[in-house]
Order: sequence, then structure tokens, then C-alpha cells
Amino acid sequence: MSGNMNLTLKVWRQKNKDDRGKFETYPVQHISPDMSFLEMFDVLNERLINEGKDPVAFDHDCREGICGMCSMFINGRPHGPLQGVTTCQLHMRSFKNGDTIVVEPWRASAFPVIKDLAVDRSAFDRIISAGGFISVNTGNAQDANSIPIPKDDADAAFAAATCIGCGACVAACKNASAMLFVSAKVSQFALLPQGQAERQERVLNMVAQMDAEGFGSCTNTGACEAECPKGISLSNIARMNRDYIGAQLSVQKA
Amino acid sequence: MTTSPKLDAKIPDGQLEQKWTKYRSTVPLVNPANKRNLEIIIVGSGLAGASAAASLAELGYKVKVFCFQDSARRAHSIAAQGGINAAKNYQNDGDSTYRLFYDTIKGGDYRAREANVYRLAEVSANIIDQCVAQGVPFAREYGGMLDNRSFGGTQVKRTFYAAGQTGQQLLLGAYSALQRQVGLGQVEMLTRHEMLDIVNIDGKCRGIIARDAVTGKLERHFGHAVLLCSGGYGNVFFLSTNAMGSNVTAAWKAHKKGAFFGNPCFTQIHPTCIPVSGDHQSKLTLMSESLRNDGRIWVPKRKEDAEAIRTGKLNPNDLKEEDRDYYLERRYPAFGNLVPRDVASRAAKERCDAGFGVNRTGEAVYLDFAFNMKYKYGKKEATKKGIQNPTEEQLTELGKAVVKEQYGNLFDMYQQITGVNPYENPMMIYPAVHYTMGGLWVDYNLMTTVPGLYALGEANFSDHGANRLGASALMQGLADGYFVIPYTIGAYLSNEIRTKAIDTNHEAFEAAEKSVRERLEKLKNINGTKTVDYFHKRLGKIMWDQCGMARNEQGLKQAIADIQALRADFWKDVRVPGGLNEFNPELEKAGRVADFLELGELMCRDALNRNESCGGHFREEFQTEEGEALRDDENFGYVAAWEMTGDANWELHREDLKYENIKIAQRSYK
Amino acid sequence: MSWLTRMFSSTIGQKLIVALTGLFLCTFLVVHMTGNLQLFKDDHGMSFNMYSVFMTTNPLIKTVSYILYFSILFHAFKGLHLAYKNMKARPVGYAVVNGKANSHWTSRYMGILGTIILVFIVVHMNDFWAEYKFGHIPYVQYTENLESGEITAKPYADEAGNPKSIANKAEETIVSINGVDHKITITKDLYAEVAETFKNPLLVALYLISMFAIGFHLYHGFQSGFQTLGLNHPRYNPAIQFLSTWVFAIIIPAGFAAMPLYFLLIK
Repeated sequence: MSGNMNLTLKVWRQKNKDDRGKFETYPVQHISPDMSFLEMFDVLNERLINEGKDPVAFDHDCREGICGMCSMFINGRPHGPLQGVTTCQLHMRSFKNGDTIVVEPWRASAFPVIKDLAVDRSAFDRIISAGGFISVNTGNAQDANSIPIPKDDADAAFAAATCIGCGACVAACKNASAMLFVSAKVSQFALLPQGQAERQERVLNMVAQMDAEGFGSCTNTGACEAECPKGISLSNIARMNRDYIGAQLSVQKA
Repeated sequence: MTTSPKLDAKIPDGQLEQKWTKYRSTVPLVNPANKRNLEIIIVGSGLAGASAAASLAELGYKVKVFCFQDSARRAHSIAAQGGINAAKNYQNDGDSTYRLFYDTIKGGDYRAREANVYRLAEVSANIIDQCVAQGVPFAREYGGMLDNRSFGGTQVKRTFYAAGQTGQQLLLGAYSALQRQVGLGQVEMLTRHEMLDIVNIDGKCRGIIARDAVTGKLERHFGHAVLLCSGGYGNVFFLSTNAMGSNVTAAWKAHKKGAFFGNPCFTQIHPTCIPVSGDHQSKLTLMSESLRNDGRIWVPKRKEDAEAIRTGKLNPNDLKEEDRDYYLERRYPAFGNLVPRDVASRAAKERCDAGFGVNRTGEAVYLDFAFNMKYKYGKKEATKKGIQNPTEEQLTELGKAVVKEQYGNLFDMYQQITGVNPYENPMMIYPAVHYTMGGLWVDYNLMTTVPGLYALGEANFSDHGANRLGASALMQGLADGYFVIPYTIGAYLSNEIRTKAIDTNHEAFEAAEKSVRERLEKLKNINGTKTVDYFHKRLGKIMWDQCGMARNEQGLKQAIADIQALRADFWKDVRVPGGLNEFNPELEKAGRVADFLELGELMCRDALNRNESCGGHFREEFQTEEGEALRDDENFGYVAAWEMTGDANWELHREDLKYENIKIAQRSYK
Repeated sequence: MSWLTRMFSSTIGQKLIVALTGLFLCTFLVVHMTGNLQLFKDDHGMSFNMYSVFMTTNPLIKTVSYILYFSILFHAFKGLHLAYKNMKARPVGYAVVNGKANSHWTSRYMGILGTIILVFIVVHMNDFWAEYKFGHIPYVQYTENLESGEITAKPYADEAGNPKSIANKAEETIVSINGVDHKITITKDLYAEVAETFKNPLLVALYLISMFAIGFHLYHGFQSGFQTLGLNHPRYNPAIQFLSTWVFAIIIPAGFAAMPLYFLLIK
């Protein structure tokens, strides 16, 4: 079953990280409004392969908005025109027949392009390795109900923890800053009693790693929060700033 | 019926309740100095892989983890919605280790190992403790204590959850623990790497061949032991609730190198998924089981009405109450819309096959909230607010607010995908492939039939028998990784402390890499006319039609022939664009589909062999007069473990299942 | 590296400098604005001129003023430095950016707005501060009738009409004229300088543009400063938002803008 939408795609093509890259224009026909944006790319790729051309490389996996792998910058916005939605959950009914759609990769020096629309986001993993955890070895734990956690704190920690690590915050930010991502993890643990033991070390180490990766600094434009598919709040960034400054001023080390 | 001599499950002796405790205290240990010299390879970074990697690294082993995604955090465990079971009895409702054990065995239709399932139930409580300590933000009550919900197939509230994102929160917890070890240098994390073969030396698994997806380079990695935590194989059906990249390749390569495959035909079809909207569709999206608490499932009573609805001439809201067939309530008055997943799925298929399906494709049924919105919640709200004689419209409005609060995010997701407002119109749902109970056969230590090669989580043939209960997959993955493998691996590694790291120039590595390279080159050089997806979709259709919710002898035989023909065509006519030494997602996909084309045949053979119906495996020839599954415990009370003996040749080995602590009974939901 | 350098070389630390200096400059603006309101007083500029003397002679104010100069320089330098580093964080830009979909334009153009303000500050300080300190501003002599409060002013000059000067910035004497006490005040006539300067429409235009820039800069900057300090709280955010919009984006720039307009159009 095919649909009736005809669109023009302008897609960034780049063979590898050293290639300069350029836009290619592809008309796509008979697109159904029920297709997801990535399914439209499946259709395009199927055609490119049949024509003997190289299909467009893009990251994707779960296609239900939770794994955080899909990462397209669509018409000037990460994950496209809708709010609170990842690219895989964006459907073609959000576009009009005849539209031209410009698709680019996430752009940041910390996210080098691997190929076409796929970028390397391992910087995020390194930031987590620097401190995005509670140091508790398997078997160390006490009974789960031994520390009551006020529901509001648990809910706030959960809200921060829903970050899917897609990098839309970095992509949206004019400074390519990763503050929303980092602060979401810092906040999750800062809000929970289990996270207190390493609270200062954590924020210091994670911020240091974030800076080492070459992300820009936060100028509080709020673009990250507006584009975050999971609605992670800017208040997390404030909390991280507070914790960072407090930790620098008070940590018991020379 | 006796167990094959090739299958030693190594179940410890003694009382069921004592087996694990005693075994754990007597299993050989490796001292810390030796652990530093022992290398462990882990393939897959989901709940099982990440938790195992973190725990083993904490013990001091040198660990390497491989995942094909760009980060360990993307593994598909992340998509699990509902929750995780644990026998904590926090609700004081009579839960216990035994009860969780019993529910799991019964839910699995008596096709799982008693000792394994009991151990799973035992460690379930430790999982919750561990996760809370890691900072997993489970839902809580106002007093600050953990909240529980109830799930299908149980009578207690033992499911811990974090909104509809429990899998995400648990995985991020395990991922954090893993990344901590990466930061400490105990784990080397290799993302965008796909395992393409295992390497056996002198009958033991000693490493893997992996492809760096970015450069295309083939790499050799040595390990004293290899753990496959690579998930399930539901994508053999093309359309499933699995992620696009979920695949059987790691398990299948192991199978080809000597690991037996257990119960491949046991697949779980989840009843409430968003139906297929067209042939462009790439995957199916699950709508949580919890919706069946308030949604009533129906199709029209008359075929003419169904036809009119399909063509858009009739609005389902206009169909009169007496013209609707609430078939689950009709067939299973005791459980109604809350029958287990396998039963609900089959019933939906039966109605659609009979011509009562409702969407354009005829493959959908309604999940309707209007009634409960109005009369269950609307009335309650009206009473609360003191509204006398509320109008129908008022009731709907009042009820809508309650439904929105409970299921808002699911309703939004439904609307996002289908473009239909589920508050105004009944949802359309249809069953979809969700989970595979089958997988690599493992013993009590989680070791496959290849010494040194382990399988954890969904990748093993698992503790779920023929049907998995909701909220048990997360429990099993984490149990295997956090609390089972760290102990059981000692049984093997304690004998390996004298084994020095083997040079990867060893001829076995050489040979394995060569065969991997040749296969990739072969795929590339076919240069045929059809895309990988073309074959995958065809395979999926064969599997869904013949080896899906209902199977029969004739269909399975036909499917085997069709798959063989499709496989031959694939190796003649597939087109894989791009080069070998570059980032090439199509090449990765081609390798995975080639493996699915072999697995599909084995699944059909297993289904054909199992002349009974149990859990997710329903053979049309074996049903009661009322159309219910008819088990044959006498002849099929075993695990089917398949040994590959040559190209598309398998030999069946049986592991007899003994029930000493549970009385086997027929499941009934009437 | 000591913890202080480590802190202030981190992105958050550098932002902290921008925020602290920025918020300090905001308080300065309130003071500057309030003081300058004396331009509107109908006393031939005496209050304004005395205020100028006070501001340039009081030791406390003098100290603060050095902090102020330092803040301006540091705020501008750090801001521009960060803007440059932020540009480097995205070496290849997007072909299409739909910024208005996710952020207010003021927040995206802080660097440009800030640069306009910096240019303005240079011009402004050259016009008045440097002129006052190093230039040749003539002195004025005020005679205030202490009974009626009437004030008259005349250039401080010798009989030939040549401007005279005094050693100090201001001198006050009480004399009795016709039996009524009068206060004679001699001071530099910055007021006249202001009035003269603002007769130039081009310069007034520059001032007006700059006040718009300050308004927009502060609309984002004031609240942004609080966010950087970590002061984000649902209870107090509305107050910060109110202050940043009404006080710093509207009232203060409008008040400042009224001054050149007053001299150009009314005086």
C-alpha cells in the first residue's frame, strides 16, 4: 500500500569522517502519511539500492522512541517539527505533499560524523564513565525499602532519569552544549539519598569530562529543553550549576 | 523418555529450596590474583550483558563487552515497559519465593526447569535491592516505600515499576554500573562491533571474531570464557516489537559451532500491539498489557458490519451494543479480557481469520474504553463530585479525565502512530511477535553445550518454558547477570587459571576469521537484484503465516520447503551495496538475515516435531473441543535441544523435565 | 592547577564569571539610572553636577568603580571568549536552523547585543567619563538662595569672560547677599556637557539603539545569570522573570533613553 505524498529530500551525504560531505536531493513519491519518517527513509534506501546507489546511512534501532539511537536534524530542528517526539516516532502526516525536507546529521565537534547522518556519540558514554553512577558493587545492597524516599523526590529523579541520551540537546543548542544531558544524570542521583555519598565527586568529574570532550558552554537559551523528546527540564541544569559551584567551594581536597 | 547423554543440566542435588544456597556455597572459587589474569568476553550489553559485565568486573575479571549499537545503553532491554517481578511480599498479600516459582512454571505451561525457576524466584528480591542501591527510581508511594502493581497470570502484587519505562530505568542502572567499570579500566567496551563467529580451541570456546562496524575491520579477541547476552530472535518474523537491529547472529554462530538450540519454536505473541498499517511498516509497537484492565476487546457480530467498517462505511461507535461480540468475555467468562497473552492472541487471530477483523487489512480487533470510561470511571467520578443523574456526555467527560491520568502516555503514543484519537474511537490492536522463550540450551551454570560458552538472558532457552509471564523477562536478564553467572562461572574458570591468554594468531582464530571474511565477501559479490529487506519480508511472512500464532503439520512442511527455496534465492540474488571496509548497515543486515533464513527452518522443524500445543506453541491438530491448547506431558514433557550436524541438518536431543515440587495441571481460564 | 583555576577554567566556572559580573553590572545600572534621573531636575543641573562630584570623589564609590570597570572588561572578555569557544564546538554549521522554534532570539544573539553595548560603553565613557576626568569641562557657579531655594547659574569666569578653574572638583561657600544666606557652589558643568552632546541627533540615535540592545541583552541576561548561579526555583522564578522583563528590559533602558531624547527634543 502506498500513499499519495510526493516530497523532495535534501539529505546530507558524507562518506566518512574525513570526507567534506554535501547535500544530495532526492525526490520521493507515493509516501503514505501513516509512514514514520524513518520508514520513508527505508523506502528511499530500497530505491537507491535498486538503482545501484549507496543507501543513506542513519542510526536507528528500537523505533519506538526509547533507545535514543535515531538522530536526524530535520528542517532546522532535531527530531523534526513535533515536540516530545523522536525521529522514529515522527510520522509523515506531519508534512504536506510537495514539501522539501532538509535532513542533516547532529553537528558538534564532540559528535563527529561517521557516515551520512550517523554520528559518534561515544562522548556521552565517557561522561557517564566519569561519574554517572552510584558506586555499589553487586551484592552490596541493603533492603530496597530500608531508605524511604519521598514520592516527589523519587518522581523528580525519575523525570531526570528518563533521558534517552539521543543528543538532541547538543544538536539543538547553538553552542553544542551537553549540559542538559549531563545535568539530567547529575540530578537523578542528587535527588536520591543513595546518590549523596558521591554527590560532589560526581558533578566535578562529569563536568570535567564534559569539558574535555569539547562541548560548548550553556548560555541558557532553553533550546535543549524545548527540543528534548523526553522533556528534561532546565531546572536540572540549575541544579548542576549549584552542585558544581558548591562542590568546588567546599570539597575537602586542596 | 530419557534425557540425552549429551545434555547434562548439572542440577545440584538436594531439596529444591536448598539447591541454590548449597551450590553457591560449594561452587569452586577463583582467587582474586587469578581473576586478574582471566579474560571474559561478553556479547551484548542489555540487562543480562551489562549486569554480568559489571558484576564480573567488580570481582576482578578482565572483561570485554561488545555491542552493535553506538552505546551500551541502546540495547533493546531499554524498551521494556511494564515492570519487573520480585517475591518481596512488600504488599503483605501472601507472596513468597515459592509462589513466584509456581506462577512462573505454570505460566510457562510446564515446560521449564524447576531448579532454574526456583533460583530465579529466590534471587528476584536481591535484584530490587541492587537496583534501588544503584539509584533506579522505581515508583513509590507517598510514605516513601516502593509501589507495586499486579500483572497477568498472578494473584499478588509483586511487579515493581518505573512508570511505563521500567526496562529503561533498569538498563540505565546496569549501564551505569558497566560504565563505571569502563572508567576504572576493568571493562573494555567495544561499541559498534558485531560478533560474527566464536572460536573454539580443543573443544573449548576461546574467543570471538568481531567486525568493527565503522571501519569494517575484522578483529580477533581471546577470552577464557565467552558470554552471549545477545537477546532474542523475534525479528525472524520481520515485523515484531523488537528493535530493528535485534538479531540471532551471535547465538546462531554459536549454534553452528556446537551449542545446542533449545525450544526454538517457543515464541511469545503479544496480544495488544498497534496493527500493521501498510507494507512499508518496519516494526510493530506494543501497547502495554495494562490496557486490558479497562479496555474491552470486541469485533462485530455480523460479517456485513465488519466489511462495512473495513471499507469505512460504518463508524464503529455507531454499532449497537447487541451487534458487538466481546469474544474474550464470551469465551472466558472467568478471566474475560485478562486471559494470558497466548490465549488472547489466538482468540484475536481466530476472529480475524473468520472474517471479522476491522481495519483495512482485516487484521485488527477493537480495544474499547468507551464503556469503562462512562460506566466504571464516569459514574464513580460523578458520585464523588455529587452530580445527580449525570448525562451520558457528562459521564464520558468525567471518565475521560481518569483514563487520561492512567494511560495518557500510551494514548498519546497510539495517536502519534495511527493518527486516530483513542479517546473518541476504539483502539485497534492485533497480536505481534514480542519475545522468544527459546534460545541456546544451557545447564544450571548457564553454560551451553560448548565448554566455556555461556548464554544469559533472552538468548538462552530460559526459565519461561513455553510462555513467559509479564514482567519476568527483566527479572531473568538481571538474575542471570547479577546473581547467577558471577558464582556459576567459577565452576569453569577455576579450572582455567593455568590457561595463559592464547595468541590470536592461533590457527583456530586464523581459520575463523578467514571463514567470516569469505562469507562477507560472498554476500557482497552476489550482486543480485533484490534487497536484503525483500528477503527478510518474505521470510517474515512465511514464518508468521505458518509458524506464528497457530501451526499445523502441512503448513510447517510447506514453510520448511519455502524457506529452503528462499534461502537458495537469497544466496543467488541478494544485492548488498557498499564495501566491506566501511560503515555499511546493509552488509550487517544481510548477514543477520542470512542467519534468520537458517533459524526459520529450525523453528519450523521444532514446531513440527512438537506434536502438542503448549504456551505460545499452538498446533491446530492438538486442541480441545473448545479450541484450547492440548498439552501432551507424557510424550513432550521435555526441552527440545537441537544439535546442528551439518548444513541445514539437525539432530534432536531431549532433556526430560521432572516436576517434583509442582503438580502438573491443565491451564483453564474459563 | 589549584582548585580555583580549575573551577574558573571549566565551562561552568567561566559562565559563573559572566553571571556574577553581569548581575553586578545590573545593580550598577539601577544606581546609574537613579542618579541620572537628576538630569530632569529643573535646577540648571546643579544636583546632577554635585552627584557627579560625589560619584567621582567618594572613596567607597571610587573603589566600587574600579570593580565596575573590571567587571565590564571581564564580562565582555569572558562573554566573547565563550562565544568564540562555543562557535568552535560546532565547526560545521547547519544549513537550516529553525531557532525560533525552540528559543527566544535574544538568547541566541547575546554576543552581538553585548558587542553593541560594548561599543556604546566606549563611546559613552569617551563622551562623559573621559571628558570629565581628563578633558576641559568648564566650571559653573551656582548661587542658591537658601531662603527661597532659587538657584541661578553662570559660567565660572573672570571679568573678561575667560573660564576659570579651581583645584578641586567642587567648592562650596556660604555668603550673605543682602542679608540673605546664599550658597555659592563652583563645580565642573557636566550637565552642560550632557546637554550639548545630546544636541547631536546621530549620537542620540546611537544611544537609542544601544538602549534597545541593553533591554534585549538584559531580558535574557538577568534571568540567565540566576540560572547559571543555580538559582532556579518554581517559587521565585516568576519574580526573576518579572524583574528581568519589567525592570531590566523595559524600565531601565526606557529611563536611560529618555535622557538624550529630553535634551534633543525638550531642552
